[in-house]
Amino acid sequence: MALLQLERISAQYPGAAEPVLSDISLSLGPQQLLVALGPSGSGKTSLLNLIAGFVEPSAGRITLDQVPVRGPSAERGVVFQDDALLPWQDVLANVAFGLELAGVSRGQREAKAREMLALVDLAGFEKRRIWQLSGGQKQRVGLARALAADPRVLLMDEPFGALDAFTREQMQELLLQVWQRSAKPVFLITHDIEEAVFLATDLILLAPNPGQIVEHLTLDFGQRYSAGESARAIKSDPRFIETREHVLARVFSQRQEQRA
Amino acid sequence: MSQLQSSSATQALIKPSTVSTEVKTSRGLSVSTRAISILTLAALLGAWWLVTAFEWVEPLFLPPPSAVLEKAWLLMTKGYMESTLWQHLGASLQRIGLALFFAVLTAIPVGIAIGHNRIARGIFDPLIEFYRPIPPLAYLPLIVIWCGIGEFSKVLLIYLAIFAPIAIATATGVRTVDSAKLRAAQSLGASRWQLIRHVILPSALPEILTGVRIGLGVGWSTLVAAELIAATSGLGFMVQSAAQFLVTDVVVLGILVIALIAFALEMGLRALQRKLVPWHGQNH
Repeated sequence: MALLQLERISAQYPGAAEPVLSDISLSLGPQQLLVALGPSGSGKTSLLNLIAGFVEPSAGRITLDQVPVRGPSAERGVVFQDDALLPWQDVLANVAFGLELAGVSRGQREAKAREMLALVDLAGFEKRRIWQLSGGQKQRVGLARALAADPRVLLMDEPFGALDAFTREQMQELLLQVWQRSAKPVFLITHDIEEAVFLATDLILLAPNPGQIVEHLTLDFGQRYSAGESARAIKSDPRFIETREHVLARVFSQRQEQRA
Repeated sequence: MSQLQSSSATQALIKPSTVSTEVKTSRGLSVSTRAISILTLAALLGAWWLVTAFEWVEPLFLPPPSAVLEKAWLLMTKGYMESTLWQHLGASLQRIGLALFFAVLTAIPVGIAIGHNRIARGIFDPLIEFYRPIPPLAYLPLIVIWCGIGEFSKVLLIYLAIFAPIAIATATGVRTVDSAKLRAAQSLGASRWQLIRHVILPSALPEILTGVRIGLGVGWSTLVAAELIAATSGLGFMVQSAAQFLVTDVVVLGILVIALIAFALEMGLRALQRKLVPWHGQNH
């Protein structure tokens, strides 16, 4: 039973000749980590903004538990590429921010925030200022903040795009651990093919002009990681490489078709 | 000629405030730049002492530093024109303090409204842009006709002078809030008021404080000028009435105190800015 449902979504910016997204249908269920992969201009950020409620579709329907999505809400937590943390608050207050907005008492929200910080391996960082954190630590605070508000689904907008390659690897593993433990459905967008193949239970490949789904894969590499296999072993497995090359070839063939 | 020299002496005293803005940017240069500033000041003081000690200039035009210091002691203990230096200073500070208090109380909400709301911008923008470029002393006569020459007129004049920079700076701060932070708060469930309280206001705080700094500068000049024209107490009044009787040492002293207060206000605001918005200028 799908929790989040997109039915024949199209989106168009005012004044633009072509839509950014055309006829997108997808669903996200409880055990899923859905990754939208695509080159720039394929409309993946627009897709996330639609689900988050920051923009409205020009056609189609988005529902969460059968209820139409209207505007942003705490039900759909977002982790941003640019962390979007509040520098006037310390780490703990940032993580507790959603609960503060909801009127939860200080003691309760700080307890929950500490719990979430431990979940992302940042116990002991409660009193740090935001500008004292590294890029990877900021993203972990952003993840903890989104989780602390206890959303129904977690939306991630190229969360590791601005990180260096080493930190990105660590963050991917951390995300799988957190996803496993928190049991939240995740919708993540990225332009990193290896990241997409590694993380996704479901991978949709988007092609530009206008943005549309050209392939939908069901994968199990993330589950293998959760079952105890090492990330390096999975990523050097011939099946992983084969999948990665298949997706890569698909992206390029799509480009050639458009040029022709 | 000698009057020119006395005015250059006041400029030198105001100078450190402008120099230290550059000092802050590079730590390596800070020591030497500051040393140069101190040397410049010392040289000016030395020149002042020199021209008066050798009586190249008549004391009526430029009294020696020692005479000004003596007068300062006299003014602090006995007073001038029925008030001590402290009472004149107190009168001036009370006026600007009251004006600042009401300006902060009203200009920040108005600035937020301008930056946040199309209708409020339509209403307030032309009003502020209309009166802001007018030198406050140009509308002082009208304020005096309407409200008399009491304390209220002076406070109102300074209030108007301070209001515009704070409101404009606040509006700018509100308009330049990082949209990712707004979206983040919205997707954590923030209402319209919570957005203003928890995201917009703190984001705009660095700009608001800059507005207060500019406002205080404008307000202080306006206040002293207003006191020159219509007052029976205050630093401006003290300088003006002393000038009428050619009591030059009181005039010089008054100018020095006015400069010192302006400098202290600027430094105080900067310290406040560092304390309240430590994240400003950080990579965030």
